[in-house]
Amino acid sequence: MAEGRVVGIDLGTTNSLVAYMQGDAPVVIPGVDGHNLVPSVVALDSVPPGGGRPTVTVGNTARKALIETPERVIYSVKRLMGRGIEEIQSELKLFPFRLADDMEAGEVPRITLGELKFTPPEISAYILRQLKRNAERFFGAPVTQAVITVPAYFNDAQRQATKDAGRMAGLEVLRLVNEPTAAALAYGLDRAKEGTIAVYDLGGGTFDISILKLRDGIFEVQSTNGDTHLGGDDIDNLLLAIALDEIYAEHGVDLRSHPGAVQALRKAAIDAKIALSTEPVAKFDIELPNGDRYQREIPRDVFELLIEPVLSRTAGPCKQALSDAGITPEQIDEVVLVGGSTRIPAVRQLVDDLFHLAARGKKPHVELNPDEVVALGAAVQADILAGASKTTEEMLLLDVTPLSLGIEALGGTVARIIQRNSTIPASATEHFTTGVEGQTNVAIHVVQGERELAADCRSLARFDLRGIPPMSAGLPRIEVKFLIDADGILKVTAREQRSGQAAKIEVKPTYGLTDEQVEGMILDSFDHAEEDFAKRLLIEARNEAETILSAVDRAPQSPAWAQMTGEEQSAIAAARDRLQSVKLGEDAKTLRDATLALDQATRRFAELMMEAAVTTAIRGKTMNAADEELGEAVTAPHPMAAAEFK
Amino acid sequence: MLKIIDTAVPIACWSCSIGHNDSTLFCPHCSKIQPPPGGDFFQVFNLQRAFQIDLPTLEHEFHRLSRKVHPDRFARAGEIERQWSLADTALLNDAYRTLKDPLHRTEYLLKLEGAEIGEEHAGKDRKGQKDPSRVPADLLEEAFEMNMQLEEMRMARKMGEEDPQLLADLQQAKKKFEGLFGAVDEDLRAQWKVWDAGDSASRLAAQKTMVALLDRRRYLSNLVRDVTETLGA
Repeated sequence: MAEGRVVGIDLGTTNSLVAYMQGDAPVVIPGVDGHNLVPSVVALDSVPPGGGRPTVTVGNTARKALIETPERVIYSVKRLMGRGIEEIQSELKLFPFRLADDMEAGEVPRITLGELKFTPPEISAYILRQLKRNAERFFGAPVTQAVITVPAYFNDAQRQATKDAGRMAGLEVLRLVNEPTAAALAYGLDRAKEGTIAVYDLGGGTFDISILKLRDGIFEVQSTNGDTHLGGDDIDNLLLAIALDEIYAEHGVDLRSHPGAVQALRKAAIDAKIALSTEPVAKFDIELPNGDRYQREIPRDVFELLIEPVLSRTAGPCKQALSDAGITPEQIDEVVLVGGSTRIPAVRQLVDDLFHLAARGKKPHVELNPDEVVALGAAVQADILAGASKTTEEMLLLDVTPLSLGIEALGGTVARIIQRNSTIPASATEHFTTGVEGQTNVAIHVVQGERELAADCRSLARFDLRGIPPMSAGLPRIEVKFLIDADGILKVTAREQRSGQAAKIEVKPTYGLTDEQVEGMILDSFDHAEEDFAKRLLIEARNEAETILSAVDRAPQSPAWAQMTGEEQSAIAAARDRLQSVKLGEDAKTLRDATLALDQATRRFAELMMEAAVTTAIRGKTMNAADEELGEAVTAPHPMAAAEFK
Repeated sequence: MLKIIDTAVPIACWSCSIGHNDSTLFCPHCSKIQPPPGGDFFQVFNLQRAFQIDLPTLEHEFHRLSRKVHPDRFARAGEIERQWSLADTALLNDAYRTLKDPLHRTEYLLKLEGAEIGEEHAGKDRKGQKDPSRVPADLLEEAFEMNMQLEEMRMARKMGEEDPQLLADLQQAKKKFEGLFGAVDEDLRAQWKVWDAGDSASRLAAQKTMVALLDRRRYLSNLVRDVTETLGA
């Protein structure tokens, strides 16, 4: 049996994407709405009449619910992945995460969404399931294996939580790939580059810097550094806080008690931030609940002063990464910019200063869309893992562990056993013994981080070596092997050497779900069943047919319709009639073929409409904004991805 | 998070059951990947034990072997193949990391040859490092003085004072100690040559010298680190 495709997934703080290798180039798979980016937003619909479990929606649909029913929506959940309750207090202040009220210490946080409660991996699993479905719809075949990207600076627990999410979504995660490394893969594919490159990745919620050496198709990471809680979100929060304060001071309205209004304001703040990358001034103009208007201009120089403290937090990790790699900025041949926040001119200036680019007549690489490049790279890695591809057979990624691994020694200090920036898989062997006569257990505390004291590092796990044969104190010799695998996740084995027995290990991860818990959270396990799959494809195909048919029905109202020749108009009519006639059939492929035919027949019409729109009212705006501005009239036949039916 | 993997080593190939030479990465009969071969880090790269090694050759060999055994090559293989690929690659990476760095390589080979080296875990036992028997005699006086100055500096800082003369002295001392690294490294390289070319008697002598040089180097770097931390604080 031929194995299915392996897809590459960028599970982002703000947006998520799925991509695959089409021939020798990676491409992003669009969602049903035709967009490549799926907002990492999950919403819970209202309880259906008559009771039952409410359905979960993901992406743009969920984002729309943010303003109407903010208490049923969650975003930026990546910030909570693999973290304990006590660690997320600062996030709780800035984001509308609602912790369940029956939380116990040491438990994986659960977030309240309407009537239900979810752990962060479950929320992420819904996003992953949506991406999986988008890919399945695109291929017309099940997708069960994936590569998922994570911030390079993610620790063990954050990585494990991401893998758990994949499993819950019905995906076998073949590899976790570090985001900056994935971006380097995407860039390194089309030109056989040699040399040293730095990847500066400032995303929605995380910052990474990685330095790689490229040679003969081998991408060898030299060092990595970063901050898993630094990104565009922080800039949004700054703008939001200012607006909230000013609204309170000037209009006496405390919006903080209106979650929906805060979300509307947040959207305005994000729009202003985006506008400021191309415009000298951005405007806030918001109607307040009391009927007043909050109007404010933000000039770019004020914005840059405001965000300077956030941006400058990226400088330290860059310098540390250079120092760990043992090189100077001048030795960096290329810099690649990744993440939506690198569109900000002040960020580009900072990167230029850090790596002395302009002085050396160089410019950072921005040729690939910074929102998509990580997913494209994940698709390249997926292709490498799937094997049997000419394009990638010479490529190999050698990544490193971002944080040192240590064990707590006497006095609470840390004995480092695997240094940060060690190429993974990496291992270390340590020997332990007993301190008391006849002792049969030894407790070991594993931590991750660079600090001297265990209490200042990230606790990974505590475990007991059990079943040590009773001997005099100091006589047993227990060999413990610590191994960080290619996903950056720790595995431990132990053996008592004098008796030759494998010591039993009972590991209690400090953060994270047990295997059983993950098992219990697997989303609709029937998802794999063939008939369900076929049924779902048919439903989706029907929905697509409906969408395009209703758009075509409205077409004659558009001025662009008159620009079409009679022949073109009747071709559209014929394709429409054909689709109408097969719409209620049971065969998804026939339905999709007819949908595709209609989509092709209307392509020029769609172009005409877009052209008219772009050249008049909305010059300088994104297509997305154009879409929103033109509302219903532009619900042009959506671009359909080519399906590959077997 | 933590999973247990079985590290039992089969005598014959786990796949085709035909016995084979322990040092092979792939079964000569069925080509399946095998558990990590026994032996030291030098044997991983098919090298003789030596302090001087050709780094470009080492890197080339590291890349060549990585292409063969890396887990990315076995992502869709069976459980056992994935397990051995992981173990083999961990060994390969550990070996490369140790051998490519001159100091790690020196310490590793000295230990292989049975020399006693001061325990060195970065971060562990920092203060306990000042075992008087390990302090190089010619540095004793200056190191003592510098430690006094450092203490003075810390006290002054606590009071919110800044003594420019003290600062200058410390920076001077730091510079001097940093300058001594070059000499130590040069001496080490000379001993490498002696050992690599020598008979067993000259090897023993060289080992002894190298152990002392490493102690000296470690002592220097602790001094420099202490100054850097105090001045930087």
